Amino acid sequence: MDHRPQAWGRPRDDVYGAYDNSYLQSSGPKQATQSPIVTGTSVIALKFKDGVVMAADNLASYGSLARFTDVPRLRSFASTSVVGFGGDVSDMQYLNRHLTDLSIDEAYSSSTTTTSPQDSSSTTGTLNAANLHKYLQKLLYSRRNNFDPLWNQVLVAGLDSSERPFLASVDMRGTAFTSPSLATGFGAALAQPIMRRYAETEEQAARLTREEAVAVVKECMKVLFYRDARSLDRYSLAVVTKEGGVEISEDETLEKQSWAFAERIKGYGTQTV
Amino acid sequence: MTSIGTGYDLANSIFSPDGRNFQVEYAVKAVENGGTSIGIRCKDGVVLAVEKVITSKLLKPGANKRIATVDRHLGVVYSGMVPDGRHFVDRARDEARGWRETFKTPIGTADLASRMGGYLQAHTLYQYVRPFGITAIVAGYDSELETPVEGEVGKGPSVGAGGKVTGKKHGGPFLYMIEPSGLYWGYYGAATGKGRQSAKAELEKLDLAAGELSLEQAVKEAARIIYVAHDDNKDKEFELEMSWISGADGPTKGRHEEVPKAIREEAERLAKKALEGDDDEEEKKDDDKMEE
Repeated sequence: MDHRPQAWGRPRDDVYGAYDNSYLQSSGPKQATQSPIVTGTSVIALKFKDGVVMAADNLASYGSLARFTDVPRLRSFASTSVVGFGGDVSDMQYLNRHLTDLSIDEAYSSSTTTTSPQDSSSTTGTLNAANLHKYLQKLLYSRRNNFDPLWNQVLVAGLDSSERPFLASVDMRGTAFTSPSLATGFGAALAQPIMRRYAETEEQAARLTREEAVAVVKECMKVLFYRDARSLDRYSLAVVTKEGGVEISEDETLEKQSWAFAERIKGYGTQTV
Repeated sequence: MTSIGTGYDLANSIFSPDGRNFQVEYAVKAVENGGTSIGIRCKDGVVLAVEKVITSKLLKPGANKRIATVDRHLGVVYSGMVPDGRHFVDRARDEARGWRETFKTPIGTADLASRMGGYLQAHTLYQYVRPFGITAIVAGYDSELETPVEGEVGKGPSVGAGGKVTGKKHGGPFLYMIEPSGLYWGYYGAATGKGRQSAKAELEKLDLAAGELSLEQAVKEAARIIYVAHDDNKDKEFELEMSWISGADGPTKGRHEEVPKAIREEAERLAKKALEGDDDEEEKKDDDKMEE
């Protein structure tokens, strides 16, 4: 009987044949994350007149298994920004802890030193969505340069230093860009064209009302649920405005679904007609 | 020995024959010369206030804060040696961060007070350190909401098995004062520094244990008490610095924040008015006596 730790909980070799332990890396170069394990799917976000709206479903998939159905993926930091995480959920949890520490550290300085005596409120602090996005970009890029990437694609929404709506994205390689509407993962193909219909340019986005923007994003979440097999009908919706700050609702449900279109779809799976 | 007293005050870790640690008592003297700090625990929050004596006209007004944030929901103010206080705050922040790392949840006010009490006490035990020359007031609002633990899956049962009890109240406002000896107690109202005697007398009048005082009233009382406590040494100018922590549905949403300028100035205006009123009354009494 083999009592080494490597053999614990494994099928017996004499019954099932030799165990393939190639992944245990007994030799060769160090290997960091090669692929994500538990994953979240698309995050979508859209700017409007005086803020940004963001949404992501509450599902954490284990491969194609809908493993955890109650995992909110929109997190608020520094009271004026929301970060939406797509990709690996454990890396999301790491980033969540890291950014929480960061925002607490940044809040120290706003109470111990002030930049101007006129600055009466210390609520805003120094950390805003634009800073947070730049920080995440540097972090993800440096991790990729160390060949140990954080397997996330991240959207950052909030207000910039002049309190205008801000929306930008970073991926696991540190590629950063901004646009009036943004989507990660499948959403980039399925939701982005819909959002662009309403806000292709900053000018168009600046004419959208909050209600319109929320309606567009809800419509996109429905399309994503229809088409994306790793999605869920329960999702989180966040709205950031200058007046209302960050409002996150983590128990939204898709309304008025209609699967009538499914009947017209031919040519998939075991269908023969 | 005669030229240096009994010799029992030369080092920490040595008791005098009548059971006193002189170094700790000297540290208390350092606190007694510092600007007055107070803390008020009321029904829906905690207020901290400090009398910041202006040591030079060249200092920028409003800069060099004396009240520090330790974690989102925790604030500290201290009287005595400011560098010692700064180190106290650094250590408290390390403790709060360490707690979050270990338990994935914010540190409770009582736990922080305990950790810091232990830290100060350790500085009375060894030859190579001196006690802290501060008395610190630690204020916090432990969240009354369910605090999510990072990585938890699902919400768990709403009641029953799973450790939840219906109708049980969690969290709330807390206030602790830690002395150079490491001694700490929880208080309804705490005062330390030069004006502590009159500040304590004023705090006692508020009947804080009844839990009637609201946060807004407490801010005004805190400002007034600092002004009353300062009244004894009118020679030096001072700035009033105040911070507060409310519950999740209060003005600071469970965070430790500086009291907004408008509210502070209103409180200061009322404080000055109250002081003038007192003076008038005293004068009147004197007049009455004259007439008699």
